[in-house]
Amino acid sequence: MNIEELITIVDGTLHTPGADLSREVKGGCGADLMSDVLASIQPEAVLLTGLCNPQVIRTAQMADVAAVVFVRGKQPPKETIDLAIEERIPLITSPFGMFELCGRLRQRGLPSLEMPVDKDPCCD
Amino acid sequence: MTDQTRFKGQIISDQLAGAITRTEELAYELKVSEVMTREPFTTSTLMTMEEALDIFNKNRISGAPVLENGALVGVISIEDLIRALRKNDLSAPVQNYMTTNLVTIRDTDTVIEALKLFVNTKLGRLIVIDSENQMAGIITKGDVTRGILKALDQDYQEEEVRIYRASHLFEDISSDRSTLVLRYNIKVGDFTHGGSASSNIKRALLRMGANPQLARRCGIAVYEAEMNLIIHTTNGGVLRVEIEPHQITMQATDEGPGIEDIDLAMKPGYSTATQEVRELGFGAGMGLVNIKRCVDWMQLESTPGIGSKLRFKIFLKEEDTVGEGYPSSAKESTKDESSGSHRSFGA
Repeated sequence: MNIEELITIVDGTLHTPGADLSREVKGGCGADLMSDVLASIQPEAVLLTGLCNPQVIRTAQMADVAAVVFVRGKQPPKETIDLAIEERIPLITSPFGMFELCGRLRQRGLPSLEMPVDKDPCCD
Repeated sequence: MTDQTRFKGQIISDQLAGAITRTEELAYELKVSEVMTREPFTTSTLMTMEEALDIFNKNRISGAPVLENGALVGVISIEDLIRALRKNDLSAPVQNYMTTNLVTIRDTDTVIEALKLFVNTKLGRLIVIDSENQMAGIITKGDVTRGILKALDQDYQEEEVRIYRASHLFEDISSDRSTLVLRYNIKVGDFTHGGSASSNIKRALLRMGANPQLARRCGIAVYEAEMNLIIHTTNGGVLRVEIEPHQITMQATDEGPGIEDIDLAMKPGYSTATQEVRELGFGAGMGLVNIKRCVDWMQLESTPGIGSKLRFKIFLKEEDTVGEGYPSSAKESTKDESSGSHRSFGA
C-alpha cells in the first residue's frame, strides 16, 4: 500500500505538501504512548495516534515511520507540521477513530508492524 | 511544463496541496534571474530577416531581442520569420516583422510568474528587466525546464556530497585510535526541541555510512535518553556520543536530582513523570527498558542529590562499520545481537 492509497482508505487530509505519495507503507501501528511506539514499531509502518505534538514526529523519525495519521480529526499544531515537512514524513488527519482506522487498514490487507512485548523484558 | 495549469481554477485544498511535487515547489522558490539567459543573442531593427534567420540557425535559438542604438525596441521570433518566408520577404528589415508589444518580467520574480505569463500571453520568450528597467536577459520555457532540472539535481547532490564526506571521515586520519565526539546540551523542560539532538545524531550516523537499522537503534536509544534529561533532571544535562569504527558509546549525564532506587527505575512501567509529561506521550516508565533493548551494553550510575550517568554502547559488526575503508582489525568485542549475552547493567 502506498501513501496515496492510505489517504483514500482513511479518508484523510494531507498536511505536508511535497510528500512522496508513492512511498510504500509496509504495515501499521497504533499507539498514544511514544515509548510504546519506540518499543514496538518496526520500520516503514504507518503510525496511527491521537497525539499531535512535535514529539510524535521525532518518534516517527527515530523509528523510520513511513507516515503518521492523526485520528479523530485532530489538527496538528504548526510546529508539528513544520517538523514533519523538514523530516519529510507525510502527516495525515483522518476523521475516524483509532479502532475504525485499524480495522479499515487491516481489512485492506495492511499487516501489523507492532512487535508483541517480551514476556520478561528486563530479566534475561 | 504542462503541470502549470493542473490546478487552474481550483481552490487549493489541503488534499490538492499534498499533490504538489518538488518541481512545482521549485517553480515558487526559484527566481527568474536564476534560470534566465543573461546575454542573449540579439538582432537589430535594420538587419534583414535573412540575417536573423542565420543567427537563429547558427545558435539554435527560436527568438531574440531587437535593439536599436543599443536600446530594446522589440522581439523577433521564429513565427515572425515564418510569416516573412510565406510572403517571400526575407530581405525585409527585422523592424517590419518584429513584435513591439513587449512583455517583460522582473529578474526578482519567481519562475511561476514567468510560467503564468507564458500561458496567458502564448509567448515563447519574455524580456527580463532589472530594478532600473534595463534588460537583464531573456527567459524561455526551455530556460525554466533546465533551471528546475539543475535545482532538482542540486538538492540530490548536496546530500550525496555530505554522505560522501562524512563516510570518509576516518579514512584520511591516521592514528592508533580515532574517535568522533558529538556533544549536546539538553535543557530541562524543553519539550519543543526535545529530540533534536537525537535527530542530529541519527543523521550524522547515516551520513557516515551506518546502515539504517543501526542508525535506528542508536536513534531510539539516544532519544529516550534525551527525553529523560528533559523530563527528569533539575538543570538539564549533556548528551555525548562517541563514534568509533568498532563501537558507538552514548552517555547522558546530569547534575540531579539522582535516582533513589535504580532497580525500581529499571522496572518496566515504573515512572515518576508528571501528568503534563504523560500527556506528551512520555513518562510511561518504558524509557530505560527501551534503551536497554536497543543497545548491547548499558550502565546506570546515580547518586541522589548529585546526579546520574547513563552510558550505553552499540558494538559494530564489520558490515556496520562506520566510515568506509577503516581497517577492520579494530573490532574488539563484536557480538551477535540475538545472543543477549551483553544485556547487562553494572548498576
